Amino acid sequence: MKAIQYKLKKSLFQTIRNFKQIMPIILGVIMLVSLVLALIPNSFYASIFTGNKVVDPLVGATIGSISTGNPLISYILGGELLSQGVSLIAVTAFILSWVTVGIIQLPAESLMLGRKFAITRNATAFISSVIVAVLTVFTLSLI
Amino acid sequence: MINKLLEKISGKWIFLILITICYLVLAILNFDMVKIVVIQLFDLIYKILPIFILVFVLMFLSNLFLDAKKIIKYTGESAGFKGWFIAIFTGVLSAGPIYMWYPLLSDLKDKGMKDAFITTFLYNRAVKIPLLPMMIYYFGVAFTVVLSVYMILFSIINGLIVHKILNLKKL
Repeated sequence: MKAIQYKLKKSLFQTIRNFKQIMPIILGVIMLVSLVLALIPNSFYASIFTGNKVVDPLVGATIGSISTGNPLISYILGGELLSQGVSLIAVTAFILSWVTVGIIQLPAESLMLGRKFAITRNATAFISSVIVAVLTVFTLSLI
Repeated sequence: MINKLLEKISGKWIFLILITICYLVLAILNFDMVKIVVIQLFDLIYKILPIFILVFVLMFLSNLFLDAKKIIKYTGESAGFKGWFIAIFTGVLSAGPIYMWYPLLSDLKDKGMKDAFITTFLYNRAVKIPLLPMMIYYFGVAFTVVLSVYMILFSIINGLIVHKILNLKKL
């Protein structure tokens, strides 16, 4: 019984200690995300696309990478962008990179998971978002 | 003097201090805007609090039941199919902002979790089951199914590529 109590206490204190260490990073990211959410209006997104079929997927992936928030917002914005004539590949790259790439969170990811890992993972996810967008739209055209 | 001070302060505190300075600068330039940002901040904290508690509980359980040996067995270098399955399954099921999962993943990484599985976990956060009806509403069933399949497939490809690149750099 005492051994279980000791293990519970030890695990609890270890978790609290871990949380104390990461608190400044988490708080910093939450503050940064709030700043971006408040400063960037939704109308900004539509104004960025050029209408070029080659450039727009890259623009979509870039905007998605530097954006943050619930994925639901990216779906709503994506729907709006489609209705404004932005290509499906660009919109797909945008909603994909919104979730998989995190430029705003990069400092936190670097501090907690390592800088090399964070940069490599985000770069790979960025390239993948464009490739997956192209493959998705190509596959849909075959169905 | 500043260099000596910076050496004493770790990166995590510098990051927080820089963001706080941004808030202060914004407050000087546009106080009404900073009020909106602070309201947004409290709203965000309120929204992510349940996820924060969930991550705390998961970290506590991980500290209680999972030692380095078990982590290495299920998600280490030689975990194989089990590791991929766990990374995909837990990545799809995980909720809340991506940064809330960094502490748990950092903890698991220290205990021996393979970086490929961390990458796969993080990529699969794009496949959100509760949000699928919304995606279907905006983009249709075919789009949602095709994209979800590609996302799961590319989560593995991303994991393999990141692992390969990181190991190349180690050589």
